[in-house]
Amino acid sequence: MLNYTIRRLLSVIPVMLVVSIIVFLLVHLTPGNPAFIILGEDASPEAIAQLEEQLGLNEPLYIQFFDWLKQVITGDLGTSVYSAQPVTELIFANFGPTFSLMVLSLLFILIISIPIAILIVSLRKTILDPLFTNVSLLGVSVPEFWLAILLVLAFGVTFPVFPVAGYMPLADGFGAWLYHLLLPAFVLALVEIGIIARMLRDSMLDSVNQDYTKTARAKGVRERDVLMKHVFANALIPTTTVLGATVAGLLGGTVIIETLFTIPGIGQLLIDSIHRRDYPVIQGVVLFIAAIYVLVNLVVDLLYAFLDPRIRYD
Amino acid sequence: MLEVKDLHVHLDTPAGLVKAVDGVSFRLEAGQTIGIVGESGSGKSVLAHSLTKLNPEPPATYPKGEILFEGENILTMDKKRLRSLRGKEIAMIFQDPMSSLNPVFKIGRQLMEAIQTHQKLPKKEARQKAVELLADVGIPDPERRMQNYPHQFSGGMRQRVLIAIALAARPKLLIADEPTTALDVTIQAQIIELLKKIQKKYSTAIIMITHDLGVVANLADRILVMYAGKIVESGSTANIFYDTAMPYTWSLLRSIPRLDAAGSERLLHIEGHPPNLIQPPTGCNFHPRCPFARDACLQIDPPLSECGTDHFAACVLSKQQFDEEKQAVAEQKGVLLS
Amino acid sequence: MMSKKRNMIALTIFLLIALATITANWWLPVSPTAMDANQRLLAPSGTHWFGTDDFGRDIFARVVVAARVSLAVGVIVAIIATVIGTLIGLISGYFRKTDFILMRIVDGFLAFPALLLALALVAALGGSITNIVIALTIAFFPVMSRVVRSAVLQINNAQYIEAARTTGTRDLVILLKYILPNVLSPIIVQSTFIFAKAILAEAALSFLGVGVNPSTPTWGNMLQESQIYITIAPWFSIFPGIAIVITVLSLNILGDGLRDAFDPHSLKRKRKRKPKQTAPAA
Repeated sequence: MLNYTIRRLLSVIPVMLVVSIIVFLLVHLTPGNPAFIILGEDASPEAIAQLEEQLGLNEPLYIQFFDWLKQVITGDLGTSVYSAQPVTELIFANFGPTFSLMVLSLLFILIISIPIAILIVSLRKTILDPLFTNVSLLGVSVPEFWLAILLVLAFGVTFPVFPVAGYMPLADGFGAWLYHLLLPAFVLALVEIGIIARMLRDSMLDSVNQDYTKTARAKGVRERDVLMKHVFANALIPTTTVLGATVAGLLGGTVIIETLFTIPGIGQLLIDSIHRRDYPVIQGVVLFIAAIYVLVNLVVDLLYAFLDPRIRYD
Repeated sequence: MLEVKDLHVHLDTPAGLVKAVDGVSFRLEAGQTIGIVGESGSGKSVLAHSLTKLNPEPPATYPKGEILFEGENILTMDKKRLRSLRGKEIAMIFQDPMSSLNPVFKIGRQLMEAIQTHQKLPKKEARQKAVELLADVGIPDPERRMQNYPHQFSGGMRQRVLIAIALAARPKLLIADEPTTALDVTIQAQIIELLKKIQKKYSTAIIMITHDLGVVANLADRILVMYAGKIVESGSTANIFYDTAMPYTWSLLRSIPRLDAAGSERLLHIEGHPPNLIQPPTGCNFHPRCPFARDACLQIDPPLSECGTDHFAACVLSKQQFDEEKQAVAEQKGVLLS
Repeated sequence: MMSKKRNMIALTIFLLIALATITANWWLPVSPTAMDANQRLLAPSGTHWFGTDDFGRDIFARVVVAARVSLAVGVIVAIIATVIGTLIGLISGYFRKTDFILMRIVDGFLAFPALLLALALVAALGGSITNIVIALTIAFFPVMSRVVRSAVLQINNAQYIEAARTTGTRDLVILLKYILPNVLSPIIVQSTFIFAKAILAEAALSFLGVGVNPSTPTWGNMLQESQIYITIAPWFSIFPGIAIVITVLSLNILGDGLRDAFDPHSLKRKRKRKPKQTAPAA
């Protein structure tokens, strides 16, 4: 386990290196001179020259990269061209809402998908199971933003139960915070609920007729306990592997959901920066999200190893 | 103690209805050991699972027959009674020790689950009992081994753990479904020895399911030979081995390696495959593979009939006719060898 | 049986949608671009089945025509991502020395949520259809490489490949003749899913305003446009969304069905298989 942990920790280094190369190159993919594009066609040559200097665009590409990487490692993601604020500051100022949204969504996912999967597996001989399979496919086929629009129409306009926009920080009270986040977090969770529940159902069905469940039944263990203890414990292990993908889905989804519900998170920051062509902020946010995702995958892999005694005691 | 009467078990598969157990009857007295022998596909495993209704339903159905355990019909028991029967009165061990233990739970937990399902014991006592059970089935250093996971045990040790689990509630009957098939020959012998020891110590009745007559030779009091869902011969172990009355049993016997047999007797395997149970052959199920088959065998499906003291066989040939056939084979072989 | 029927229905629906949008010019009764200021935001009726939009254009006609861009983007992304992903997967699975480098690069791409990577790339490249195809291809090829690589690794040590190798068959021949045909089924399944995901992603990008030029009718653009009219003309939002759902769902069902059909270890089959003890002779 220790060996595995060290190896897994080390594997983060090459991945993050590739990630930073991709993020760095993002700016240089832009056709034409980035300084020109950022400042617009009316900019004076002096202003362009100054921005080129500021962005280090006159140096060879690899030197630019290492300079940039050095800064990034020391925690300096540059300065916003639009607001002149440090990018790290912007990210941290906007991360609270995003984090709240994701945690709440993840909570929804776990609270809803686990009982669904157990229910489906215990009723696997009925029509409910094929029905569920198709509904979960429907779940991954619905565009998040469209679903959000419909839910806003339903619960914000037709039956105005929830606010359709805005965000309250946790500091302003738990109730207000929760109230504003409930609908967006639910929309964000909905697609992933289908995926996780399906995965859990598949792995539970895979182990429901394994020999060890027969041993448990032969002991006289009640069917409910066979499912909830033996089958569930085994199904949980493969299911953790998709948790990483779930977080990726949530991170991608927050961009849309924050825009739709005007939640001032990093997704909204990203979209705004794209419209403002504020490249340092775009780079910073994308790098930050990728880093979170890499970290989550690391945790998920270690969790997987920890949950499976066959790896833990290797 | 256990009486099976005209049991039928059907499996409703996509390919058609499989009559896996087709009218089986037998009795088992307390403390007795019987062996049920047959090739894979003979329905013996389905029969074994039926005894505690462990066959998955669907596909399994029980259209006809009774399984009376101390006078109570297992097939009509409610779920609660069935649970209190499983493990407590009738316990089972299975073929593949590698997959029969839950890979993510410690051995101790799985053993204590078996104990605590039927006895309300405080954790500490259940633990103590679990350690004793492990020691009883020959697991060295049981205290420490309680903390191990299944993958940390060898196949033979896992089967011992499974036997300990089966013995947890001191069952009156232990059903062992091919408990040695997945193990090395030397380990097989150890497990058989262990079962013998248990049988003596607790006078547990044992039903031993196997495809290998050698395994039950010195363990069972009685042997039932199964073919295509039916019992084709039953009798005392001595009868089955030395006074065989059914060609299938005879073929089975010739397919086991014997140390005491003369070097001249060649090891034979039975030609062909067990029949398709969705569309079984007409007449006797064994006739397509039977070296002594004759025209009558295509028409008549012979019932199990008495052919000696407490010895039954299902064959068109009378005991005497069959003895003559066997004699002829032996003589022919003698001619060939000389 | 039931799922087979389901797969056939999905295939039929998908083909009908594709056929309808390709032949739209010949059969659409109303032009998708004809504006009429007096006919703005009309509810669905006999003349305008799905109602009209903020310029008085027929929403049904626009939904049908919009399928062209959405399906074209989806199919092209699926094809290119499949080709690139398969190539990388084959190489890194077969030539073990390249594996480490190639997989670290793929891991780097996989470290971004797909939609986010596409978003950042489109932001950098600018929002034309070509750039969206490029961005989505980059976002989706890494998964394909991973899938192909693990499939190759599974059969790499098969006897017939060992045999071909020891008899001196050229690597290219082994790859194309022995390995590729055997990893084809996961490739086909995965490319169906990429097709579906690409349609969703294109719609999302257009919806966020960084996708296809807003004047081109795509489902995403229509939903972006309709958003402000959601309370007074909900049909404007509902119908393009339903079009996406039906198209993507039929693709996902197909992918799911193909996976079950191809995979000998598929869960469904495993459960249907007869218990070993009773397996009759073949």
